[in-house]
Amino acid sequence: MTGTILRRLGFFAVALFMALPLIVVAGVSVNEKQDLTFPPVGFSLSWYGQIFADPEWRRALISSLLLAVSAAAIAVAIALPLAWFLWRRIAPWANIFQLLGVAPFILPPVITALGLLTFWATSGLYGQPWTAAISHGIFFVTLPLVTLSLGFASIDRALVEAASTMGADDRTVLRTVVLPLILPYLVSGYAFAFVLSLNEYIVAYMTVGFTVETLPIKIFNALRYGYTPTMAAVSIFFVAIAAIVFGLIGRFGDIRKLLGAMGG
Amino acid sequence: MKREPPKTLADYTPLFFPAVMLIVFFVIPFSTMIAVSFFRRDPAGFYKPDFVFDNYARFLSLFFANILGFSLMLAVLVAIVCVVVAFPFTYLLTKQSRKVQTIWLVCLLSVLSLSEVIIGFAWSTLFSRTAGITNLAVWLGLMDKPVALLPSFGVVLTGMVYQALPYTILVLYPALVRLDPTLTEAARTLGSSPVRAFLNVVLPALRNTVVATLIMVFVFALGSYLLPQLLGRPQHWTLSVHITDQAIYQSNMPFAAAMAVFLVLISLALVGLTLLAGRRENAL
Repeated sequence: MTGTILRRLGFFAVALFMALPLIVVAGVSVNEKQDLTFPPVGFSLSWYGQIFADPEWRRALISSLLLAVSAAAIAVAIALPLAWFLWRRIAPWANIFQLLGVAPFILPPVITALGLLTFWATSGLYGQPWTAAISHGIFFVTLPLVTLSLGFASIDRALVEAASTMGADDRTVLRTVVLPLILPYLVSGYAFAFVLSLNEYIVAYMTVGFTVETLPIKIFNALRYGYTPTMAAVSIFFVAIAAIVFGLIGRFGDIRKLLGAMGG
Repeated sequence: MKREPPKTLADYTPLFFPAVMLIVFFVIPFSTMIAVSFFRRDPAGFYKPDFVFDNYARFLSLFFANILGFSLMLAVLVAIVCVVVAFPFTYLLTKQSRKVQTIWLVCLLSVLSLSEVIIGFAWSTLFSRTAGITNLAVWLGLMDKPVALLPSFGVVLTGMVYQALPYTILVLYPALVRLDPTLTEAARTLGSSPVRAFLNVVLPALRNTVVATLIMVFVFALGSYLLPQLLGRPQHWTLSVHITDQAIYQSNMPFAAAMAVFLVLISLALVGLTLLAGRRENAL
């Protein structure tokens, strides 16, 4: 049937468009010599080794990981009590904090970045590595906030009611019923924030760009001195991390639900 | 446990930490930025406190009008291309099996989370002379020798569509997946072809979703801060690129802040429109 063929063709075209730049970068990353040629000449995985062996790339990798781990933790620490409060209490004015949590994600990122730059510059803390963690934590609070709100909304209130009629107080209900139920949403919220923080450039650059080199900042700085296969290797490494994290969420969680397929 | 209004002060404790964090590290920085937009530039440091409108007065130049016009035009173009491609694609995606949908969503999320630095690097490699797509054309015998296709407007547009397409699909996905399947079934039973059912039933039913998505993608594209710089010429720089440039390289934080305030106003006005469009959809 022509309809099926056309549909397959459409899917193939979109897939090709999405994959093409990554295929070329993957090809470039296995060049044997330090040239960026495609199709690659020779085959070598040494550029991937460079990420861990070269002290500068390794330092950037460690900074990026530290930043992403702590920023995602801060984001979850802000989102969890907020989402819990909004679910547990009737307080319409508290929705303003939900709006504040979503705003950095909807507005162009350069605005949040510049706001934080002026803030850290004014407070005299500009350039401290930890300021980037807080900045990213705020910038990505939207992600755990959205996943956790979905998680709370999916809890059957009768369960909680049952626990409290059996004599459990608020704290016990939270620990024994609510937290286990929203754990998957907590984990995916953390994972989303982690992957995005790892890839984030502009907020990190404006807050600690002159003192800390994260991987995206390092790639950008290196771009000015010419392209190397190591940059291609780092890019593929990042694609792989994102694919693994989201793949795990897709395998063990319900990614369709997280993206709004049901309820909401 | 029923939802109940907070009674004692202790009931508010969970709100304390999120509220403090969001106010101190989002509301105050935002306000600082607005304040700085009225300050004067200090070549020796960041800025000098003052209250001047000079930074806003610079908007009234032809140079700035060009930047603004170009940024808006580029964002509109990106939004249209993305929605035209993503709408039928997402519709077909929601008709696939759960497993196929999950795989696609995982891949789209992976691309969406990619750093703009990496997207810029990937496309500039793809369109370069040594590693680019023209080598393929040479190999096929279509061209004599490989050429560099960038910097150019077409590559900026391609890069930005690449960045915004997964976002567009993920914004459309919830609306399309929840679309009542009986709508198209009815159209099919009455004898219309799948394409006609899509154009005459699905598309009109989601008119407001399409408008809202166009605006969301438009704002998303306005935020692109690196691709025009990495893939285009200086005349292809958008407002976001100029804000970064002024703040970091020209050390003119007050002017950057004024431009950012302007960008906020445009974005807020458009997001407001989106909410309005969404409300009308729910009312129907």
